[in-house]
Amino acid sequence: MTDFSDALQTALHLLVNLDAGLVEIIALSLRVSLTAVAAAALVGLPLGALLAVSRFPTRRFWINLLNTFMGLPPVVVGLMVYLMLSRAGPLGPLGLLYTPVAMIIAQTLLIFPIIAALSCGVVQGLFDEYHEQLRSLGSRTLATARTLLWEGRFGLVTAILAGFGRGNAEVGAVLIVGGNINHSTRVMTTTIALETSKGNLALALALGLILILVSLLVASAAQWLHTATMHRGRA
Amino acid sequence: MRVYRSADFLTRVAWLLAGLCAALLSAGAGAAAATAAVTLASTTSTDNSGLYDYLLPKFTADTGIRVRVIAVGTGRALSIGRRGDADLLIVHDRESELEFVADGHGVARVPFMYNDYVLVGPRADPGGLRAAGDVVHAMRLIARGRRPFISRGDDSGTHKKELQLWRAAGLAPGAADAWYREAGAGMGAVLNLANELVAYTLTDRSTWVSFNNRAALALLVENQPPLHNPYSAILVNPQKHPAVNHRAARRLVEWLTSRRGLDWIDNYRVRGVRLFHPLRGG
Repeated sequence: MTDFSDALQTALHLLVNLDAGLVEIIALSLRVSLTAVAAAALVGLPLGALLAVSRFPTRRFWINLLNTFMGLPPVVVGLMVYLMLSRAGPLGPLGLLYTPVAMIIAQTLLIFPIIAALSCGVVQGLFDEYHEQLRSLGSRTLATARTLLWEGRFGLVTAILAGFGRGNAEVGAVLIVGGNINHSTRVMTTTIALETSKGNLALALALGLILILVSLLVASAAQWLHTATMHRGRA
Repeated sequence: MRVYRSADFLTRVAWLLAGLCAALLSAGAGAAAATAAVTLASTTSTDNSGLYDYLLPKFTADTGIRVRVIAVGTGRALSIGRRGDADLLIVHDRESELEFVADGHGVARVPFMYNDYVLVGPRADPGGLRAAGDVVHAMRLIARGRRPFISRGDDSGTHKKELQLWRAAGLAPGAADAWYREAGAGMGAVLNLANELVAYTLTDRSTWVSFNNRAALALLVENQPPLHNPYSAILVNPQKHPAVNHRAARRLVEWLTSRRGLDWIDNYRVRGVRLFHPLRGG
């Protein structure tokens, strides 16, 4: 058990001293994952909602595909983005490989199916419930999707948090497309992997505890926002 | 009424998300574009031992050029170079280095420093490797006694050296041998494994000395000619890969092989041990 108490002590030490290297790494982790979540939500929420309320022949297939892609292996997504962004790949001239932008692209691809599939589920549930009512009001597909996204906003927060968790916790994709470059593309998860490979197990675990703490703070912020808007809605 | 209000709100949320993306993305793009840094794909041993953290800031202070290090195995580093995704490689496997240059992907291969490999294993040394003296004989002792051995199995320089040693011993352990385990992982991960499974493994001295999780292990065989481990710098060919930052990468090689650079390498110590020896006048 000394490993765990060592880790806890190291974590506290790093946090209390506000270690500059650690702050840089946490900031980049958050920047990458929050941008990826925002981008994925921008496309995923409306797409999921539209998929839930519209009716067309291949609809089942697309929903099935989204559900499958929720479990995309990060290392495969990383490899695909790597081959696209590599100098020898189709997007090579952009020079994005081994930059935070490459990491954002990879995480967006990972998060998008999660947000789209979960929001599709949320909106689908509401649609089943309010279907008749909406039709009697003469609401068209697009308007229905928007209305139900609004009605389902609290469930959708969970979808977005699930997406954030996926991005913030994965290591396979960002390691391949970011390269874990110090002061440039090093994030929490790649640092943990690196310290483990150096045999600094207590330090690695300490960083893991801090990563969980960061996720807790983000989830709490979402919770707080949720409560605040609920009160405003009632007032 | 309700429909309208919600739609307005959602539009605002969408704009907010789009703005957030743009702001965060442009911050990242700016940081990437501002640096005409050298991208160095390098073997893990040089990075994990802290050599670059010690050496590269001195280069940056001398020249103003920043260096971004991607630490991977030699095989991976060469493949990154083949795609033109790095400007400079520092690797350690002579054969594949020469092949890389012969294929036109690299120019100016310069061996500039060396250290050595060591055999490590259980402190109690049940295989009797300490007394073996000769490293090739030590490999035979491992195989003969079916002692647990962890192979890198990742096409790295160290992995290739290990295969060379087995060949020299007239052996080719593989899937049929339960004692021989291919980890497919970096040096640090393999040392973690060897420590947990109390197994033998081959490692470069620099990773061994700077490694922190080795309570069950001891250094058993060292200081032998077959364990020589030279590192080379290879510039990625700018004719083949026009996007590489050739000029800055060349300056880094010149600096590393200058008297000043080699002296810094010579002076680097971890726990009082010199990890890398300069190759002068090579």
